[in-house]
Amino acid sequence: MPLAKNLSRVPVTIDADACIADKGCTVCVDVCPLDVLVIADDKSTAYMKYDECWYCLPCETDCPKNAVKVEIPYLLS
Amino acid sequence: MNDENTAAEILEVDVLVIGGGTAGPMAAVKAKEKNPKLKVALLEKANVKRSGCISMGMDGLNNAVIPGHATPEQYVKEITIANDGIVNQKTIMAYATRSYDMINQLDEWGVKFEKDETGDYNVKKVHHMGTYVLPMPEGHHMKKILYRQLRKKRVQVINRFMATRLFTGKEGRIAGAHLVNPRTAETAVIKAKTIILCTGAAGRLGMPTSGYLFGTYENPTNAGDGYSMAYHAGAELSGLECYQINPLIKDYNGPACAYVTGPMGGYTANAQGDRFIECDYWSGQMMLEFFKELEGGRGPVFLKIDHLADETIEEIEEILHSNERPSRGRFHERRNTNYREKMVEMHISEIGFCSGHSASGIWTDENARTTIPGLYAAGDCGSVPHNYMLGAFVYGAIAGEDAVDYCAQYEHSDINPDDITKEQTRVLAPTKVKDGIPPEQMEYKLRRLVNDYLQPPKVTKKMEIGRERFAEIRKDLEKLQASDPHELMRAMEVHFILDCAEMAAVSSMYRTESRWGLYHYRVDYPQTDDNEWFCHVQTMKGEDGLPTCKKRKIEPYILDLDDTEKNAYNKLRIEKELIEA
Repeated sequence: MPLAKNLSRVPVTIDADACIADKGCTVCVDVCPLDVLVIADDKSTAYMKYDECWYCLPCETDCPKNAVKVEIPYLLS
Repeated sequence: MNDENTAAEILEVDVLVIGGGTAGPMAAVKAKEKNPKLKVALLEKANVKRSGCISMGMDGLNNAVIPGHATPEQYVKEITIANDGIVNQKTIMAYATRSYDMINQLDEWGVKFEKDETGDYNVKKVHHMGTYVLPMPEGHHMKKILYRQLRKKRVQVINRFMATRLFTGKEGRIAGAHLVNPRTAETAVIKAKTIILCTGAAGRLGMPTSGYLFGTYENPTNAGDGYSMAYHAGAELSGLECYQINPLIKDYNGPACAYVTGPMGGYTANAQGDRFIECDYWSGQMMLEFFKELEGGRGPVFLKIDHLADETIEEIEEILHSNERPSRGRFHERRNTNYREKMVEMHISEIGFCSGHSASGIWTDENARTTIPGLYAAGDCGSVPHNYMLGAFVYGAIAGEDAVDYCAQYEHSDINPDDITKEQTRVLAPTKVKDGIPPEQMEYKLRRLVNDYLQPPKVTKKMEIGRERFAEIRKDLEKLQASDPHELMRAMEVHFILDCAEMAAVSSMYRTESRWGLYHYRVDYPQTDDNEWFCHVQTMKGEDGLPTCKKRKIEPYILDLDDTEKNAYNKLRIEKELIEA
């Protein structure tokens, strides 16, 4: 494979203990304009899969459990 | 909707609105209000609840034409001058005459505007000549209010499907759109009598100086989709050489909001804390002065509010940190920038297309009609200059209502099945490539080249080299590899961005003069040449499949300008000697 895996520190983090993805909540995933959040395969939590963030905050604002935290992406913080 | 192994499922509607941000919901609602029997669908790449550049609301109206504060005539003149005369005044007048009704409509729907003690709108002065800025301190509810109307009027909402191309049929009339789902890679086709493009700016054209691809001025989901789709459908685009470049908070890349802080006493200053422009209203001329100060010995440029009273700064923080780009507060916090103690460092944005702030768009007349029968454009991707959010609402309404009349006259056009197969093959190609190039890498290279070769000051030879590099990337498109449906969306966006980059280069090279201050500052053609170039530059797809340009005459003005008014935007710089004198 001529492709590398580059690591990237993502700006959106989700508190897995507070996240209620296991109860079927998908609010943060639904509201993201860039579709960068997903629910983990085991439904335990949402997480940021793609580092493509506009730091616009609907995910954090609309989360019913205050489980989402958005930082300014490191490159421009 | 089906996968690639079966014929694409075809949904049929009367009016298809593409893009659920600002203009789109309004277009859909107004079409339904006018004829509730029509099937009206609103298609959105994300989710209409939080999509578009007002996903977190807006802090005010920049161009409110309210009786007692401004007249439509005055506004038409102001924008004619701010856009160096290259306007179709009828389109601006159509906006200006409906501006007040739209504000009242939004007010009725529950949008909270700033009012004085008697209940009148509290309009502020920011523009050079007239008074048009109406704050919305609680504007963060905007998307919820629009969503409520969509539900109430029974608009069919289709989230998480992106349009990739438009289809035309009999007599070149619009026939439908091809879609792909960014989560499943399902493809689909929607047949429609009319389509209204409300896809926003081309916000991922240039690269922000931070190098973070998604740290753009515009919502980065707006990759120029509508510009590219209109182009491939054969529509004329206009004023693409009049780029969008905006002043912003450096690195954060969001607006510093001189429109919010200006009326409260804030202003744009150089490193010495001095004003250098008379007026903070965004125009190409203002941006050129901004650029000169940024690059000059008294630079860089700052937003100065550290001289204001504590309660005023608190009010500014309350607005700026809860509306439009609310993460501004945490950006300043990490940088230890307290508005009370420090000026905020500013910079200029990457280039883009956007009629909301400048004048680059899909050519539309005063009815929001493009040059393709049945195809409309509204909002940032239309061509009505300096249109901002309120203009997007007004032109969304105009498009929605006119589309209803169009539907009464025409039946659906048939789509050639070969066109569908061809598009489906193009869209799904990146899913079949092995050991190819990831979309992110191709996008990075493409947008870095846009910065290197297209960013003003514009130089002919650089733009020629840019076109050569873009042609190389076009050959690379077949190597685009998408490892999942999300990457497939990004791969399709690379196609959009490349089309926009080529159009930006071709239109900029065609207009051999300088105009609109920094937006079209050509170093090798520094003069404005009204004899040759007092016209629109239209860009469209040529017979060789590449962009080509032609001139389009300016429609006779409906309002003549006085000689004293004509230069109002050319004398923005404050000379230090004058201040001291």
